[in-house]
Amino acid sequence: MSKLYSGAEIVFKCLEDQDVEFIFGYPGGAVLPIYDELKNHPSIKHILVRHEQGAGHAAEGYARSSGKPGVVLVTSGPGATNVVTALTDAYMDSVPLVCISGQVPTHLIGTDAFQECDTTGITRPCTKHNWLVKDIKDLPKILHEAFHVATTGRPGPVLIDIPKDIQFAKTNYSKPKIEKKLNGKSHNKFSQTDIEKFIDLILKAKKPVIYSGGGVINSGPKASEALREFARLTGFPITSTLQGLGAFPGDDDQFLGMLGMHGTYEANNAMHDCDLLINIGARFDDRITGKIDEFSPYSKKVHIDIDPSSINKIIKVDLAIVGDVNNVIQASIKAINKKDKNLKNSNKEKISKWWQQIQKWREKNSLGFINSNETIKPQHAVQRLYELTKNQDTFITTEVGQHQMWAAQHYKFDKPNRWMTSGGLGTMGYGLPAAVGVQIAHPDKLVIDIAGEASVLMTMQEMSTAVQYNLPIKIFILNNQYMGMVRQWQELLHEKNYSESYSEALPDFKKMAEAYGCKGIRVSDHGELDTKIQEMIDHKGPVIFDCHVDPGENCFPMIPSGKPHNQMILGPNDQEENKITGKGKSLV
Amino acid sequence: MAKSKSAYSVSTKKEKSDTHIFVLWVANEAGVLARVVGLFSGRGYNIESLAVAEIDAKKNISRITIVTTGTPQVIEQIKLQLRKLVPVHKVANFKREDKQVIFKEMALLKIVGAKSKIDKCLKACKNYNPVIIDKTKKSVVLQITALRREIDKMNSKLKPLGLISTSRTGAIAMTRGAEVFN
Repeated sequence: MSKLYSGAEIVFKCLEDQDVEFIFGYPGGAVLPIYDELKNHPSIKHILVRHEQGAGHAAEGYARSSGKPGVVLVTSGPGATNVVTALTDAYMDSVPLVCISGQVPTHLIGTDAFQECDTTGITRPCTKHNWLVKDIKDLPKILHEAFHVATTGRPGPVLIDIPKDIQFAKTNYSKPKIEKKLNGKSHNKFSQTDIEKFIDLILKAKKPVIYSGGGVINSGPKASEALREFARLTGFPITSTLQGLGAFPGDDDQFLGMLGMHGTYEANNAMHDCDLLINIGARFDDRITGKIDEFSPYSKKVHIDIDPSSINKIIKVDLAIVGDVNNVIQASIKAINKKDKNLKNSNKEKISKWWQQIQKWREKNSLGFINSNETIKPQHAVQRLYELTKNQDTFITTEVGQHQMWAAQHYKFDKPNRWMTSGGLGTMGYGLPAAVGVQIAHPDKLVIDIAGEASVLMTMQEMSTAVQYNLPIKIFILNNQYMGMVRQWQELLHEKNYSESYSEALPDFKKMAEAYGCKGIRVSDHGELDTKIQEMIDHKGPVIFDCHVDPGENCFPMIPSGKPHNQMILGPNDQEENKITGKGKSLV
Repeated sequence: MAKSKSAYSVSTKKEKSDTHIFVLWVANEAGVLARVVGLFSGRGYNIESLAVAEIDAKKNISRITIVTTGTPQVIEQIKLQLRKLVPVHKVANFKREDKQVIFKEMALLKIVGAKSKIDKCLKACKNYNPVIIDKTKKSVVLQITALRREIDKMNSKLKPLGLISTSRTGAIAMTRGAEVFN
């Protein structure tokens, strides 16, 4: 008879078989047997966070930057409820997470026991699937299935709730069933006919645009390479969602910049006027489409997505190709090469007028801003950060708000998995713990959290984690003393009634850094910015960089709510040209 | 037009809604009904009626029948979202008007009153397969099987004749002929 293992041992045996190297977690009563077992498994390193939400976001940062699932370990009750925000965040942005939570012993479930909560009930809507393990015999199978569910198809978070008595109970261990190598085909539901139809549309298009999203990143680095080849082959202009940044080089001439609410003028106008819209791994989010009725009214629409329920959910499309982005693009490239070897040249001519039009839109320089010699403009700070870090492989995380949009607009990514931001859920406090996770996955790389002072305070406690593991993350705070995006909406839409968006009392971030045992840098003088940024980069440990920026700056361009793509508000440069007064500015 | 103060786009005109019947084959495990029902409530879909029971103890399969209304886009979305649930094996859906599919609901009706009134009730129900399940001198419990609107009709018609309690199931469905759903 084979050896019997305790539930806690089985958890680790399974993690070992799934090649897990790191767990982000926080101990507590209901997971103590698992924590007790930790010492016997040296290949798995536990990262002790300061709050379970931080564990979740750190695991997200780890997963997004490495392509491997992030593993979280929390206790019952508050441990589980604290991780809910991170699970929801991962669900919205399709990040593979495996969360193991402790639960009160089976016989106490339902009795309102100490630190009991209905974890599977609470997390049901924010996970791809979850399990409450009621029988030790089910544990090995459930754990392996959990990894499978989290990482296949459209990735996402899963949760396994393990009662304390199950962690002590013993059973046989079974290895994961070796899945028949399907080469990822199990999720590909497209046929060659779909590809043929797609090629036909490509050949007919005069005003095409590629709109790529996070699905390209999730499909792996090969998908980004395929996307680049596809774009080169067709010569089509390409724009990207917030999550898709990095799949195509940000400084490339074919790239129109990000689209959507704070996207570029050229990207949004191209989306509006195009005759062929190719959505690759994006989901027509409401921050992208603006007014649905007037969304890209003249175009044939193609949607490539691994998740069938994304198709026709918001925008009806003419051709849906359900499958893994990498497989679909590869198949398309093959078909194009077979059909028309000369496409590159013939296409160039056919869409040259379209490119001329795009060039005209580009001349608006919609990301422009009026720089200042006195105050530091936040856009300028991001641009300088980019210039001073672009020579090395830099990973950027962000919090949520104006700084996030400025980072997306002004920091140019040329590789996938270098950009970690909370897009779907929009979780303030995401960036700092995410940076912790990214740095764990890439110990020798430069990891910067471009932050706002309001967001970063939500999970500031994780600086303590960074110091404990000597993770040299850089927290680059664009400090404008306001919840900037809230303030901007209030200025533009609520008659400048800045209700509760100003932080009356902020900590001294430099002293705070020192209190945590790391380096603090403050800058408010325009002239000092570069040297201080360099000082931050050169410092070997974690740094909190408090950059005091112009508090009144707004994030432009912007599509106001309920407006189509071609009715953007541009920045102050353009408004001055067009003599739009202060009053006109708020007419949105 | 009044300017919108929302950070979200305004909702646009709606298409016509249809009533559909969804049939789901699911693993009979703890929480599966909560997952299905939670999907409906969480995404703002409506459940008109619900019927669920195990149909295959060996294979551990339950069959859930849900009546819902929605635009064609919403109905398609419901189907695709249901298919993403891990314990859901198979999903089929039909328009209520579909002639190839039989829909039935069952009701238990308790009528209290004089024999003459009870007889009137029985007569009124004669098209709906009435079965007398329990009978006393001044009461009767009737079982009828019919369509939803027919049961609705009987419900209001029998009230003046002494109907004091109604208990009814959700709709269940099956195709006509030799074919099965797939």
